[in-house]
Amino acid sequence: MAKGLKKLSWLQAYASVYMVFLYAPVVLLPIFAFNDSTVIAFPLSGFTTDWFASLRDNAALKSAVSNSLIVAVTTAMISTILGAFAARAGVRYRFPAKRGIMGLILLPLVLPEIIIAVALLVMLMRLGLSLSLWTVIVGHVLVCVPFSIAVLNSAFSGLDQSLEEASFDLGETAWGTFRRVTFPLILPGVISSLLITFTISLDEFIIAFFLTGTDVTLPVYIWSQLRFPAKLPGVMALGTLLLLLTISLLVIAEFFRRRTAQRRGLDASTTEGLI
Amino acid sequence: MPIDAQNEGRKGLLLVSPTFAYAILLLAAPLILVILFSFWTQDYLDLDTTPTLANYKEAWTDPLYRELMLRSLRISVLVTTVTVLTAFPVAYYVSFRVKERKALWLFLITAPFWTSYLLRVFLWKVILGYNGVFNSALLWAGIIDEPLQFILYNVNAVVITLAHAWAPFAILPIFVALEKIDRSLLEAAEDLGDGPVRRFFRVTLPLAIPGVMAATLIVLIPTVGDFITPRLVGGTEGLMISNMIQVQFGKANNAPLGAALAVSSMFIVGGLSLLIFLASRRVGRVAGD
Repeated sequence: MAKGLKKLSWLQAYASVYMVFLYAPVVLLPIFAFNDSTVIAFPLSGFTTDWFASLRDNAALKSAVSNSLIVAVTTAMISTILGAFAARAGVRYRFPAKRGIMGLILLPLVLPEIIIAVALLVMLMRLGLSLSLWTVIVGHVLVCVPFSIAVLNSAFSGLDQSLEEASFDLGETAWGTFRRVTFPLILPGVISSLLITFTISLDEFIIAFFLTGTDVTLPVYIWSQLRFPAKLPGVMALGTLLLLLTISLLVIAEFFRRRTAQRRGLDASTTEGLI
Repeated sequence: MPIDAQNEGRKGLLLVSPTFAYAILLLAAPLILVILFSFWTQDYLDLDTTPTLANYKEAWTDPLYRELMLRSLRISVLVTTVTVLTAFPVAYYVSFRVKERKALWLFLITAPFWTSYLLRVFLWKVILGYNGVFNSALLWAGIIDEPLQFILYNVNAVVITLAHAWAPFAILPIFVALEKIDRSLLEAAEDLGDGPVRRFFRVTLPLAIPGVMAATLIVLIPTVGDFITPRLVGGTEGLMISNMIQVQFGKANNAPLGAALAVSSMFIVGGLSLLIFLASRRVGRVAGD
């Protein structure tokens, strides 16, 4: 396999097989969600939408969904705000112990989630605090902040400093400058960060499993259902809905991320319409 | 508006302080507490805070824990090797062969990662099971006469499932490293008479080492901490140390021992990561010379 076409086609064939491997489980999810059988196996027996219908009057599921939404929305907002502070400081300023400080903030990226979960659990036990949705949020924010920083870093590094300086020169206050100049310019990055952290929190299981109290989140609910074979088709239907939700959120996030990237190319005059 | 260095430093610190405070209070403090905790003992609900090495002694000498620890390490290293080796050609393909739609490829590679992790692991169980998709397909095609049994509830299943779960984390760093390679270096190697294979091993691979190293560490570290995959597809021979940590914090109600196990596994993984880091730097330098 020396050169040219033949080598290219080998690599291409390999990449295609690899993509099949990546998508195999994802493709199966909707197939079994619509399959008219309680057994999750081939051959398929027929088409049904019963499993989706069965989700509608499931009280435990409904409460898990609303718990997860509360956790994910709160996590997204807190981690995007904390991420914005850190990203702005990291991009704009040099300050003492910067590497150490940023290193600690980004540490959850390379820390197994079970360690974070166990550490927080031990601290809550020592403080005598009981587990609730808030304890899950605390853990999720730790994991989400690094992702928020990654997204917002590019938004802030694309920001033209002279625009803010111009605003100061024209007599705007720091808050006014932030509200009327900085924020509109980084808005696509902020939205993208909100969506990504929301998605991460919505799917996070290990931390939620350790830190959840009596109010369970959606992944913890799914975990409890996996033990009962009869519940599985309903779980497949639920998974399919989640799949649609996350994919649409990610497409939207990607759209905003690209707009951030595009804005870097714009000169000062074109931002007038945005302010 | 010139800012002198001291003023700049103060502003930067002020700006980073909310996030930093959060990390100190809710990350650094709990981690330190876990380490302290691992030197304490617990008897049902009573916590004895006299420092002792008993938990570590148990964690390191009990044959069960030792076996689980070694197995976790073995499985994680195996998973990492398989994941990185299978991911490299894909990263190479997207970086060097795909010309027009790189962003689309990257999106397609990362998209499956965003579907529920629990469900992905569970679906591998469906694929690899006795009556699973894989066996059904092979039976139907007449390749085998009866279902293969060596693919579920063992280490193989754990490796396949985790290689799938961490694929994007392995592909992306390697891709980034490959993208950074100055293409004129490759032309130079060719002009100087290197064939494609020699050129790959003497130019491309050494320059891609930082990406490969990042991929290795990104996959290795969290893999040791996973307990869902071993629980769902690993059977008894695929159980790992994290499952034991979870049991100690849950049913066994011996949090200090769980903490000692967690701290021990973190140190082992940390040490291994450091070794890999140092080794890859050496390889990179030697090959780059």
